[in-house]
Amino acid sequence: MSVLVDEDSRVIVQGITGGEGKFHTEQMMEYGTNVVAGAVPGKGGQEVAGVPVYDTVAEAAEAEDADTSVVFVPPAFAGDACFEALDAPLDLVVAITEGIPTQDMARVKRAEGETDTHLVGPNCPGLITPGEAKLGILPGNIFDAGRVGLVSRSGTLTYQVVDSLTQRGIGQSTAIGIGGDPIIGTSFIDALSLFEDDPETDAVVMCGEIGGEDEEQAAAFIDENMSTPVAGFIAGRTAPPGKRMGHAGAIVSGSGTGTAQSKIDALESAGVPVGDTPEEVVDNVEDLL
Amino acid sequence: MRLHEYQAKQVFSDAGIPTPASELAGTVDEAVDAAEEIGYPVAIKAQVHVGGRGKAGGIKLVDDAEEAEEAADDILGMDLKGYTVDRVLVEEAVDFENELYVGVTMDRGEGKPVAMVSTRGGVNIEEVAEEDPDAIAREHIDPAFGMHPYQARKAVYDAGVDREIARDVASVLTTLYQLWDDRDGADAEINPLMVTSDKDVIAADAVFNVDEDALFRQPELQEMEEEGEFAESELEQKADEYGFDYVRLSGNVGIIGNGAGLVMTTLDLVDYYGGEPANFLDVGGGAKADRIANALDMVFSDDNVDSVVFNIFGGITRGDEVAKGINQALEQFDEIPKPVVVRLAGTNATEGMEILNEDLVTVEQTLESAVQRAVDYAEEVEA
Repeated sequence: MSVLVDEDSRVIVQGITGGEGKFHTEQMMEYGTNVVAGAVPGKGGQEVAGVPVYDTVAEAAEAEDADTSVVFVPPAFAGDACFEALDAPLDLVVAITEGIPTQDMARVKRAEGETDTHLVGPNCPGLITPGEAKLGILPGNIFDAGRVGLVSRSGTLTYQVVDSLTQRGIGQSTAIGIGGDPIIGTSFIDALSLFEDDPETDAVVMCGEIGGEDEEQAAAFIDENMSTPVAGFIAGRTAPPGKRMGHAGAIVSGSGTGTAQSKIDALESAGVPVGDTPEEVVDNVEDLL
Repeated sequence: MRLHEYQAKQVFSDAGIPTPASELAGTVDEAVDAAEEIGYPVAIKAQVHVGGRGKAGGIKLVDDAEEAEEAADDILGMDLKGYTVDRVLVEEAVDFENELYVGVTMDRGEGKPVAMVSTRGGVNIEEVAEEDPDAIAREHIDPAFGMHPYQARKAVYDAGVDREIARDVASVLTTLYQLWDDRDGADAEINPLMVTSDKDVIAADAVFNVDEDALFRQPELQEMEEEGEFAESELEQKADEYGFDYVRLSGNVGIIGNGAGLVMTTLDLVDYYGGEPANFLDVGGGAKADRIANALDMVFSDDNVDSVVFNIFGGITRGDEVAKGINQALEQFDEIPKPVVVRLAGTNATEGMEILNEDLVTVEQTLESAVQRAVDYAEEVEA
């Protein structure tokens, strides 16, 4: 068991003919992901990595009975690609693209609200159910199947924590990179509630970072609604106010909202242990299990 | 990306929002000429991206040519929180009765734009928001429709703006929202929006921050960004040139890594182990050897840096490329300028370790030990 993605997911890759799209389609298939089609306007009829390419997502979804899409489309066109995937319709859309204009994402998010589709990302590494399937760019070899869920705003920080978990013999049920943008499809709360309802997830690691109030809201949600234990980590304790730290969403406002301290305090008061280092997070997971 | 005040005013004024008469000046003579032309009293305002310019002495009100000369001479060339002032805006001083606040931003929690009006302008609006949130009227905008005219009116009435000027303030808010929407604004703000004794409204300050991810479709704003670079530090210009996400901090341990969350974590660990981070530098995903070498060049050129920690967890970034880049950057030196600690993990890390010239760097196996080693080196240099 797992959340959102498994070996039965039937996947379309939007932007499959681009360099990134093609490379990661091959990597996903090698890992075991059931990629059934590509969708690229004007490239219908071609074949990439052994799968047929269609001009539209709707056509690909119908012909190949797909339920999931991964978006590798350049930022200027990625908002449109998300609308197309939402309209197909599909169960899950994972937007990997970094650098989509925020106003485009506000409109996509608005449209998502009127569908039953889960949108993950953008500006995210994707998600993986170890041993079954991965959607996106995560390096599959560091993951191991198990019973700890992981949700994170950062890709490489996820790899760091997962690597430590795996090395200590703690496998993962599903790992979800929700992305570093200010407006994202799946929030911490969305991901946490999926893990709470998953009988195969015994504990969850949540890696947050400065900016916004998503972690504070997640802390309240954990306090009120979760029986599955959560271990936390917050990046950006040393970030100065007013500076964007790499991710578009990672910024402490001038008035001091979105600080690491506020998030750490909120999580700790909800009973979530917050590690000072990634290794300490893994120690905390060991204690919770 | 933040426009300078003079640029934001130009954009607002072109869209039909009333702004005071003003002129940009780069020398004392130009400033005095501009003041004479506009007519006294005028304000002389430093054009740098620093909050609290007024308190720091970057804004002066003058009544005649002698005072204008003195003020321009003081402000031009002054250091404001690390930025040297080399342009000033000379601006008509507006005689006002009231100061309002009008702004548009993205409410990231709601995923929607929000338009704001308050009668408590002229002060730090973030403080007002904290002390007395009800003093700011907020209207969330559905991004599918944009702002309806009634929403502008509602925000103005809810804020308690005088009825005589309500229509004019609503019109300014409507224009501001339209600009924000058309020009990919992140924040658009007029604080204060002054109300004169004749009941005219006029934008005495202007803030327009543009979504950097949307600059590709805003050529005019992109030009303004290039023109505004005069106020950047040398290191910031270098980071722009190399295309890095870079933030300079005040410590002495230089940091290079991939991925925002992991680089932030590396900064935090430097602090945790008793050191002080000198910078945030994210080389991004899939960096090739040249980019890695540029990153080292960037951090070496910061005089504050005493040691460097290089932490890469490869997903799409490959360890062999990173190792090649580090060798390439360091082999050109007869003597390595600052000690470099490297930790490689993930994709092709083993291949990378084989390539890496260990005579030039210190290798560590874990993130924690790499950071501790770099902090130790920095302490040795300082001692």
